Amino acid sequence: MAQQMSDLEYLKLNKFQRFGLKFVAFFKAIPGWFKNLGIKIWAFLKRSFWGIVNFFKNLGLTFWYGDWKTKVSYFVMGFGSVMRGQWLRGILFFLFEVIFILYLALFGGHYLGRLYILGTVESTIGDDGTIVYGENSFNILLYGVLSLFFIVAFIYTWYLNIKQNRIGEEYEKAQKKLATASDDVRALVDKDFYKTLLALPTLGILIFTILPIFFMILVAFTNYDKSHFPPQNLFGWVGFDNFGLLLQWGNSEGASFSMTFGQILLWTLVWAFFATFTNYFLGMLVAMLINKKGIKLKKLWRTVLVFSIAIPQFISILFVSNMFAEDGIINGILGAISGGKLFIDFWGEAWIARITVIVINIWIGVPYLMLVVTGILMNIPADLYESANIDGASAWQQYSKITLPYMLFITGPYLLTSFTGNMNNFNVIYLLTGGGPKVQEYYGNAGKTDLLITWLFSLAVNDTNYKLAAVIGIMVFIVVAVLSLVIYNIIPSTRNEEEFQ
Amino acid sequence: MATEKHGMSMSKKKKIANTASYIALGLISIIWILPFIFLVLKSFDTGNTGVTRDILPSAWGFDNYSYLFSSDCNFLQWYFNTFIIALFVCVIQTAMQFMMAYTLSRFRFKLRKPLMNIMLVLGMFPGFLTMIVLYQLLKTIGLTGDNAVPGLILVYVASSGMGYYVIKGFLDTLPKSLDEAALVDGANRMQIFIKVILPLCKPILIYTVLTSFMGPWGDFVFAYTVSLGSQAGMNVAAGLNSWLSPANIGAHFTHFCAGGVIVAIPVMVLFMFLQKYYVEGVTGGAVKG
Repeated sequence: MAQQMSDLEYLKLNKFQRFGLKFVAFFKAIPGWFKNLGIKIWAFLKRSFWGIVNFFKNLGLTFWYGDWKTKVSYFVMGFGSVMRGQWLRGILFFLFEVIFILYLALFGGHYLGRLYILGTVESTIGDDGTIVYGENSFNILLYGVLSLFFIVAFIYTWYLNIKQNRIGEEYEKAQKKLATASDDVRALVDKDFYKTLLALPTLGILIFTILPIFFMILVAFTNYDKSHFPPQNLFGWVGFDNFGLLLQWGNSEGASFSMTFGQILLWTLVWAFFATFTNYFLGMLVAMLINKKGIKLKKLWRTVLVFSIAIPQFISILFVSNMFAEDGIINGILGAISGGKLFIDFWGEAWIARITVIVINIWIGVPYLMLVVTGILMNIPADLYESANIDGASAWQQYSKITLPYMLFITGPYLLTSFTGNMNNFNVIYLLTGGGPKVQEYYGNAGKTDLLITWLFSLAVNDTNYKLAAVIGIMVFIVVAVLSLVIYNIIPSTRNEEEFQ
Repeated sequence: MATEKHGMSMSKKKKIANTASYIALGLISIIWILPFIFLVLKSFDTGNTGVTRDILPSAWGFDNYSYLFSSDCNFLQWYFNTFIIALFVCVIQTAMQFMMAYTLSRFRFKLRKPLMNIMLVLGMFPGFLTMIVLYQLLKTIGLTGDNAVPGLILVYVASSGMGYYVIKGFLDTLPKSLDEAALVDGANRMQIFIKVILPLCKPILIYTVLTSFMGPWGDFVFAYTVSLGSQAGMNVAAGLNSWLSPANIGAHFTHFCAGGVIVAIPVMVLFMFLQKYYVEGVTGGAVKG
C-alpha cells in the first residue's frame, strides 16, 4: 500500500475508500512490474550470453586438451563413445549424423536455401495448355522451417556427443567404469524413465503444435492469400505490412480491416466478461439452491442439469440455434402467447443477437459451473456458518462475507482460464450464429457476433486469407498472454505444486 | 409464548423459502430439459422436414430414423467413423496424458520448468491456427478427404500431452512416500508407475477416458477441415452440420434431429453411468488448475 497505513487504519475505512485505495495501489504497482520484467529480461540476456560464451569455451577446451578419440568425435559423432565401450550411444549418435546429412543433402538443403525468398520460378501454362508448376512457396516455407528445427536438434546432439567424450575422459582418468549399453537400457526404465515417457508426447507436440505455430507466425510476414496461393502462384516476404494494416484508418482496405479488428476485439472482450461472470454467479446460485439445507431430491436436480452436459455440444447448440431462428419454436411460442403479435428476429439484429448468445451461453455453461462450485462449497468449513448464524448474520451477509470471498480465492485461477477460454469459445458462437448478423462495413464477411477466433476461421476457410488469419492469431495470443500476466499478478495465487505432497 | 411465536414464524419463513426454492428448481429443470424434449419431438415430425414454429409435430412417424439407416445418406458411415476415432483417441490420448502428467508430477529434471512454461505459452495460441498447416501436412501423406479417419486420429492425439493438467493435479495429491517405499523395496521407476501409481488413479483414469472418448463426437472444426468435401471421411458433427447449410436445412432438419438423438443416446448412457467420476475430475481440475 502506498502510504504505509497500519491494518487498524485500513479497517476503519469504508468499502469505497478501501476499493479506491486498492485501485490506486494497483496502478502504482504497474511501473514496478515493468521494472521487475526488465530486471528479469536483463538477467536472462546475461545468463544466455554467458551460456553461449561457456558453450564455445568448453568446446574449444575439450578439443584442445582431448585425446584423439575426442578429436575425431568432433567430425564423426559417436566415435569416442564406441571406442570407450559405450557402443549403443555411439551408434545412435552416428546414425543421427548420417540421417541429418542425408536429409540436408537430398531434401532439406534445397528448401533451406530458398527460404530467404520463398521461390522465384512462377508457374506457367505449357504449350499443350496444362499448367507447368514452378516453385511451391508453401513447401519451401514448411520444409525450410523443418530443416531449421532439424539443425537446432543436430547442434544440440552434437554438443551432447562432445560432452559424452569429456565425461568419458574424466572417467578414464579417475579409472571409473562408464555406463554400458545394458546400463543405458536399464536407466531408461528407472532413473531416466522420464525420458522414455516424454519422448512420444513431446515429439507429437513438436511436430503438430510447435512447427505449425512457428510456420503460421512466419505466414503473418508474407502475402499468402487467395491471389498468392501455391502451387499456382508464389508468395513472398512482406515484412510488417500485414501488421501495419492494423494501424491504418481512413477509407482504404486496410482501414476497414483495422476498424473490424477493433470492433471484434471489443466484442470478444465484452462477450468473455459476460460469458464468464454470468455463468459463474448463476452457477453458484444454482449450486447453493441445490445444496441448501432442507431441499430434498438433491440428486435429481443435479442429474437434470448434468444431463445437458452429456449430450454432445454440437447437437444441443445447433438445435437451440434453430429454436431461436426466425421460424423456430421460440417464435412459435411467443406468437401463441401473444396471439400472433409478438415476433423477435433473434439472429437478425446485432444487439438482440449478442444478448441472445450470452443468454444461451448461460444455458450451456451453468451445469458445468454448478458441478465445479458444488465441490468447493462442500469444502467451506461448516462452523463458519454456524458461528455466523449465532451472531445473527443474514443469508446475504453470510454469502458476501463467507461464501463469496472463499469461492473467489479458490477459483481465482479457474476464473482466469475460463475468461481466456471464453475469448476463444469457437463452438458456442460458430454453431449458434456463425458470426452473424453479417454486415457490409466489416472486413472479410465478418458479423456482429463474430469473435476473433471465429473470424480467423472464416478468413482462413472461406477466404483463404492466411496472412490476415495469422495476424489475428498472433493478436489473440498477445491479448491472452498479457491478460494472463496481469491477472496472475493481482489474484492471490493458490497454486503451489509441492503443497499437497 | 413469545419464543414460541418467534419459532413459528421462523419455521413458516423457512417453509416459504423452501417452497420458493422448489419452484425455482422446477423452473430451472424445465428450462434445461425442454430443448431436448423439443429435439426428440421434432425427430418424429414427418409433416415438415424444415425448421418450423410448431411445438408439436403435425404428423408423427419414424420416417426420419429410417432415412438415417437407408442408403440415401452416409449417416452410418459417419457414425462408424466417429466411433473408430473415439475408440483410438480415448486409448492413445489417455496414455499420452498420463505419461506427461506422471513425469511432471514425479520427476525433477533440468528441463521440467521450461517444458511446463512452453506448454503454457503454446496453450495461449488459438488452437486451430495450426489447422492450415496440419491440413497440408496430412494431405502430403494422403490422410485427408476419404482417408480422413486416421488423419483425424493423428491430429487429436499428437499434441494431447498438453492437456496433462487435471491428471497432474490428481497425481500431486498422492503422497510421495508411496514411491519412496516402493523404491526401497527394489522396484524400478517403470514398475512404480505401472504397479503402484496407476491402480490408485482409477477415478481420474475413468474421467480421462470418458472425456477423451466424448471429444471426437463433438469436434467440428478439425473434422470439417480434414475431411473437406468428402462424405465418406466425415464424423457425425461435420456430417450432421452439413445438413443444416441453407441449401439443405429445409429438407434435412428433422433428419438432423433424429441423427442427434441417435448420437446422443450412447454417449449419454455412458456419461450417466460414469457421472460420479466426471464430477470428481471436473471439481478437482478446477481447484488445482
